[in-house]
Amino acid sequence: MSLHVEDLRVYYRTLAGDVKALDGVSFDVADGEIMGLAGESGCGKSTLGKALIRLDGRMRYVGGRVVLDGEELPIWDDGAMNDFRFRHVSIVPQYAMSALNPTRKIGRMIHELLRTRGANRNGAQEELERRLELVGLGPDVLGLYPIELSGGMKQRVVMVISTLLDPSLLIADEITSALDVSTQKAVAQTLVEFRDRGFVKSTIVITHDIAVLVQVADTILVMYAGKLAEKAPAEEIVSSPRHPYTRLLVSSLPEVGVRYAEKKLYGIPGRPPSLLDPPTGCRFRDRCPLATDRCLQEPPWVEQDGRGIACWEAAAVAPEILPVLVETR
Amino acid sequence: MLRLEHVSKTYRVGSFGRSKLAAVRDISFDVQPGEVVSLIGESGSGKSTIGRMVLRLLTPTSGSIICDDAEISRLRRTDLKEYYRHVQGVFQDPFSSYNPIFKADRIFGMVHAEFFPRVGADEWNERVRDALESVALNPGDVLRKYPHQLSGGQLQRLLVARALLLEIRYFVADEIISMLDASTRIDVLNLLADLKSRGLGILFITHDLSLGNYISDTTIILRHGSIVEMGETEKVFGDARHPYTQDLLASVPLVHAKWRTNGTGGGAAAVAAAANGAPPGTAAPELVLVEDGHLVAAG
Repeated sequence: MSLHVEDLRVYYRTLAGDVKALDGVSFDVADGEIMGLAGESGCGKSTLGKALIRLDGRMRYVGGRVVLDGEELPIWDDGAMNDFRFRHVSIVPQYAMSALNPTRKIGRMIHELLRTRGANRNGAQEELERRLELVGLGPDVLGLYPIELSGGMKQRVVMVISTLLDPSLLIADEITSALDVSTQKAVAQTLVEFRDRGFVKSTIVITHDIAVLVQVADTILVMYAGKLAEKAPAEEIVSSPRHPYTRLLVSSLPEVGVRYAEKKLYGIPGRPPSLLDPPTGCRFRDRCPLATDRCLQEPPWVEQDGRGIACWEAAAVAPEILPVLVETR
Repeated sequence: MLRLEHVSKTYRVGSFGRSKLAAVRDISFDVQPGEVVSLIGESGSGKSTIGRMVLRLLTPTSGSIICDDAEISRLRRTDLKEYYRHVQGVFQDPFSSYNPIFKADRIFGMVHAEFFPRVGADEWNERVRDALESVALNPGDVLRKYPHQLSGGQLQRLLVARALLLEIRYFVADEIISMLDASTRIDVLNLLADLKSRGLGILFITHDLSLGNYISDTTIILRHGSIVEMGETEKVFGDARHPYTQDLLASVPLVHAKWRTNGTGGGAAAVAAAANGAPPGTAAPELVLVEDGHLVAAG
């Protein structure tokens, strides 16, 4: 078991009170697994990614534990986490430009970074060039400034840097969102390549784009309003979603080939609840076509056949019937 | 009819504008009332530049944009105001379209003062309510609120409602749903389809092929500022002829099918080729008619 997260709670401090962005989240990521984390903006997916590596000033650790390779990560202690960052847990942020120092050439920046980590510079140099070549970049990029690279190139440089010390866990936060489709494909495939070559053991890919996750992820975890909604193997989440939210979300995705004139798609009415004072019980209740009185109580997380779901009603309704019910809302 | 004839736009870049960048090269197409035309291209393909030229936020370097027999770059004062009564646009980031220190419904008040000073307050409020209704917003939810109190989807719909208060006939939608969540973006897209059925001509600018495919009647694929392929949407998507269009279609992540893997090397090589850009000074490739209503760039 590579990563084990148990009842993790992280809140944002605001003047109006605590925003419960991550409110009791438990899951496991196996060795060699690429787990996709999907959800709408404000569902807590980026908060989860950040919580595993560095809590920023507004975030407050409330409870829960994170165990990586049998060792508990002190995520509440910014200083103690320094021993784990980059070596054991690494992140590729959404905007690669802001991850690179604009006043340093790429090569010099990497050397400075490795020196602070006490890594062997000579051995690292060869490995660095080998990995750059793997993502289609020549050693000459080391002599360039970040501004001289295109968005996709920067993203791949950052991916190489982040994984240079072979971390156990890589967090990729919306790394393809700002890229064009062809670049997006190359970057997403690089993630799989890095896993296949053992540069990283497990990966968490955070994105709002489920279609990208289907391409690269082994399992997909769907979050809604700070809690887990459903977890399943990637193909199953789109072919047979069980949670009403996942079901509605997947049915609202336009695909090449789907046309308004032939098949009209619908969004999900309403909006997610405020996390400042979230309602008790199921948080999707107000927008859910299946909601009953039972949903006033918090649905338990039920795991079965490698899939997990937090819903009272989906368990009562056979998976085959659920789509019909949802569509006739 | 809104028509672009051989429109080009060259930006001056570099220090003291020494070098030139051909952002748009020799583009001609038209938008009919009741038609959705998608401009699809990757970043740097000139799609937003075209939208901005149509809205007269930029002037074409050469060529002309004609709206109902009038060349729009010659419009002045009252004629220009009349043009904006008929042609409006909405852009990608709803939050930067609003002034954060004023309430969001101020955009309606500005239209009132600018375009309809003679309309009384009661009648105006009635019109605002009608406009909000046609974009599926509940007036109580959105009026007298500040921009930060509203969601991105609501803000975008308010901007569409603002355009509807004018007698718009053509609408430029520049990436209007890129920043919205999956569960709400389809509703804004359906709203555009609704406007289309009311006879509006829509220029839908996007980088997302599946969105363009969902809504448009005519699709134009752009690369480096010139048209690669254009025609009826079913033909362009169903029977893509240009290798670039085929590449794009192969790269789109599908929900129900996996990419055909060609290894990282192949993908990276394709990216490198795409990043090279158009050599300066080259003419736009000529378009050849391959079948009825389907044009493809030669070479």
